[in-house]
Amino acid sequence: MNERYSRQTLFSPIGEAGQRKIRDKHVLILGAGALGTGNAEALVRAGIGRLTVVDRDYVEWSNLQRQHLYSERDAEDRIPKAVAAKQRLSEVNSDVQVDSYVMDATPSEMERLLDDVDLMIDATDNFDARMMMNDLSQKYQIPWIYGACVSSYGISYTILPGETPCLNCLLDQVPRGGMTCDTAGIISPAVQMVVAHQTVEAMKILVEVWEAVSRKLVSFDLWQNQYTSIDVSRMKKESCLSCGDDPAYPFLEYSQQMKTAVLCGRDSVQIRPPADGEWNLEEVAGALAKQEGQVEQNPYLISFTTENKRIVLFKDGRALIHGTQDETEAKTLYHRYFG
Amino acid sequence: MKLRINGEWLTVPETVDTIGELLGHFQLDHRVVIVEQNETILEKESRSNHKVQDGDIIEIVQFVGGG
Repeated sequence: MNERYSRQTLFSPIGEAGQRKIRDKHVLILGAGALGTGNAEALVRAGIGRLTVVDRDYVEWSNLQRQHLYSERDAEDRIPKAVAAKQRLSEVNSDVQVDSYVMDATPSEMERLLDDVDLMIDATDNFDARMMMNDLSQKYQIPWIYGACVSSYGISYTILPGETPCLNCLLDQVPRGGMTCDTAGIISPAVQMVVAHQTVEAMKILVEVWEAVSRKLVSFDLWQNQYTSIDVSRMKKESCLSCGDDPAYPFLEYSQQMKTAVLCGRDSVQIRPPADGEWNLEEVAGALAKQEGQVEQNPYLISFTTENKRIVLFKDGRALIHGTQDETEAKTLYHRYFG
Repeated sequence: MKLRINGEWLTVPETVDTIGELLGHFQLDHRVVIVEQNETILEKESRSNHKVQDGDIIEIVQFVGGG
């Protein structure tokens, strides 16, 4: 092993043998925003063999405050994040094979990418994608590491199929309409803290030191000086449809996917999330009121106008995005404002 | 009433009687959370039955989606 990794191999839990294992591994990162770029850079510098990065978005100026791989030039030219990330990662460590995909990954597309993948890292901004990853993880027995952050708060949890509870075990319902980085803001240290948790968990998995992997759900609020962890190992449910005795992998089903449709002649896209109850429109309107833009509300819907788009959200979570015919852009906006 | 919440001792109004009301007090009642009271994780359905008492050690982890 060369000088490049000498400080990492001096760390005895990794050592030369661990470094060789890292070199043999393939990690998939879903999302190349703040968490995705942080994790990708750390793992590429650590010397993994192969990295697959999947992202549907392009670089914007508001990303540069916390998304480490991107430059002003990328934002000016609206370079897809997966492309810009690959470019920078190849400069950081040319020994790593980096495959990047500009796509809004569906379960079937993800399944095609999972060949030889040893670990998935969650760097998405929504629970539809996370529940999909959770089911893929169980179906193909690939560990994954949940991570999320908003404001000065962060959370992370490692899922080992067949051993730990999965994300579906921990959630009594899929969170919808909560705070997002675009409604509550985000500061870079919260991102980096989650990245640190995810990266160190990734290293433990890549070097196959399973006993070191955390069994705790960790969360922290760096501004409030709070740090919490809960041992969730008893929350594994035999009846869980994702990881229980008779798994059905519900989040890989078509009915559980977010549906989009371009409304002909209206310059609009309709978005229909998987049905799971009524939204709290008051809370969503409150969060949107802090945004640049105009919020109007009646008992049935919220209308939010910002820049050249108007977004109408109904109580059942369905939305009309006016001002675009691009379904991926519409989904991005939906997740940006509604989580 | 003093509770240790996420590692910090906080004073909570005496009107807060249950874990469910405690979540309401922190405006977390509409959020997806895991709550641990004195090292026991509480099922969502039982939160409105579990009383809070002075000196309780509470951990609240909220699931968020950003990234």
